[in-house]
Amino acid sequence: MSNELLTEVTYFVLAIFVGIEVISKVPTILHTPLMSGTNAIHGIILVGAIVIAAGADSPLTIALGLVAVILATTNVVGGFVVTDRMLEMFKGRAAAPKSTATR
Amino acid sequence: MNLAIALAYLMAAVLFILGLKQLSSPKGARNGNFTAAAGMVIALGATLPLLHFTTAGLVIIGVGVAVGALIGAFGARMVKMTAIPQMVALFNGVGGGAAALVAVSELLTFGTRPPFAEAFPSVFSIVIGSISFAGSMVAFAKLQELMTGTPITYPGQQLVNGLLAALIFGFVVAVLVIASIPFSFVALMVLALILGVAFVLPIGGADMPVVISLLNAFTGLAVAASGFTLNNFALIVAGTLVGASGSLLTKLMSDAMGRSLGNVLFGAFGKVRTGTAAAGGKEARSVRAGSAEDLATLLAYSRRVIIVPGYGLAVAQAQHAVRELADLLEKRGVEVNYAIHPVAGRMPGHMNVLLAEANVPYEQLKEMDEINDQFRDADVVLVVGANDVVNPAARSSPGSPIYGMPILNADQAKNIVFMKRSMRPGFAGIDNDLMYDPKTIMFFGDAKDSLTKLVTAVKAA
Repeated sequence: MSNELLTEVTYFVLAIFVGIEVISKVPTILHTPLMSGTNAIHGIILVGAIVIAAGADSPLTIALGLVAVILATTNVVGGFVVTDRMLEMFKGRAAAPKSTATR
Repeated sequence: MNLAIALAYLMAAVLFILGLKQLSSPKGARNGNFTAAAGMVIALGATLPLLHFTTAGLVIIGVGVAVGALIGAFGARMVKMTAIPQMVALFNGVGGGAAALVAVSELLTFGTRPPFAEAFPSVFSIVIGSISFAGSMVAFAKLQELMTGTPITYPGQQLVNGLLAALIFGFVVAVLVIASIPFSFVALMVLALILGVAFVLPIGGADMPVVISLLNAFTGLAVAASGFTLNNFALIVAGTLVGASGSLLTKLMSDAMGRSLGNVLFGAFGKVRTGTAAAGGKEARSVRAGSAEDLATLLAYSRRVIIVPGYGLAVAQAQHAVRELADLLEKRGVEVNYAIHPVAGRMPGHMNVLLAEANVPYEQLKEMDEINDQFRDADVVLVVGANDVVNPAARSSPGSPIYGMPILNADQAKNIVFMKRSMRPGFAGIDNDLMYDPKTIMFFGDAKDSLTKLVTAVKAA
């Protein structure tokens, strides 16, 4: 196993634990925004799509690159915008009359 | 890797983690999304300077980003809040597709004999990304009602899917170990796409969100695998974060329904036993229906009212009407709370999003564990467009498909008001005994109309 691969595997394993740790504290009410937010984060594949599209020089690689960039950008932009739309609605009422009188 | 890029990727990774962390509180959640988006911008910005662009490359990146941004922004802006689940499925699917295509492109550059360390993650990304793409598209079609939302099953289905999976596995081994035949990944991709479709077809109804969450985790892993192929730190870390958190979220979601993930994926839920459940002589039983005036009096002179909102409320766009009713009751000194079942709506948290849209303060939104003991002190439970989440069959009849799912104890309240369009069964396709309970009053009609009538009647009461 090369050094680089070993480093990558290390990142991979550590990221698994961080991913689980960070999520385990999210309340149920935020699960949908969370799913949508993580959905936007895997749009990082746009970085990969741009890397492969940059060097495109044959009809095949051009076609692959173009489709990959379109799909990945849709993932990133759509993911973040739709998450923001959900979250902008989570506004509390500053002074809730009576409603907080729970036992 | 260049030092500046490495540091920028590290910063992006930190921002992703911080963003996810901020999502854990409703007040910080929106900032969390911005934080993650900032991480994305940094990662993209750091990637660009060191690339060697061909002319064609520049053009397709420009065009691709413009087209994708337009589709993404337009889709996300236009979608109705009730259609969020299928939108998430769609955005997830395209990400999976992109990951598979990136892996294919990278494999092409290695010619016929890619080193194992590159070939293995590429093939993994192609298979998982394609499954995620095709599966997400089926999930989208089902939720958008472009095709039937009920499970599609046929005899020997598990066997066919198993054979497909085995075929893919065999192909992968052949490609990796024996020889890399040029374009063998095309066949692999086609097989994986077919498996993606076949895998989601038998899943339907209330289980769709769990599948979308699982496919979300799949895409994360496919992205991480593409990161291994490209030796790209940002892809590995971000993809793995999503893969890990998505897997946990999937488990939390199936737990909320009281079922194992295996049962969700292979149980063809809501298909098998609906026949017997519906045949339980519902024609013979009678229900009690009430008028708006009766119900208004009941509500206005109650001390504690608990509202159980369901997907029907969202479909009728009745969030605002229900808040108006709640405000009116509060003015009369009635204590109003909302009981939110973990899977109310079509995804965990979906109902909270919808009620937040109508400015219902989240202090009033009580999660199931928090409010379940309070039902017995409630004078009235108002069930608006919900059904399965208050079905006592989940507690009492082991034969029911929802048996074991934790439910809201609405049946313990002194009065139950069921606002429903008709006697039709809910998302899970099964009958609900609570509607026949002597304490229950049915109020038929579109949720919004019914609530508007109630508001008028309460004003007069």
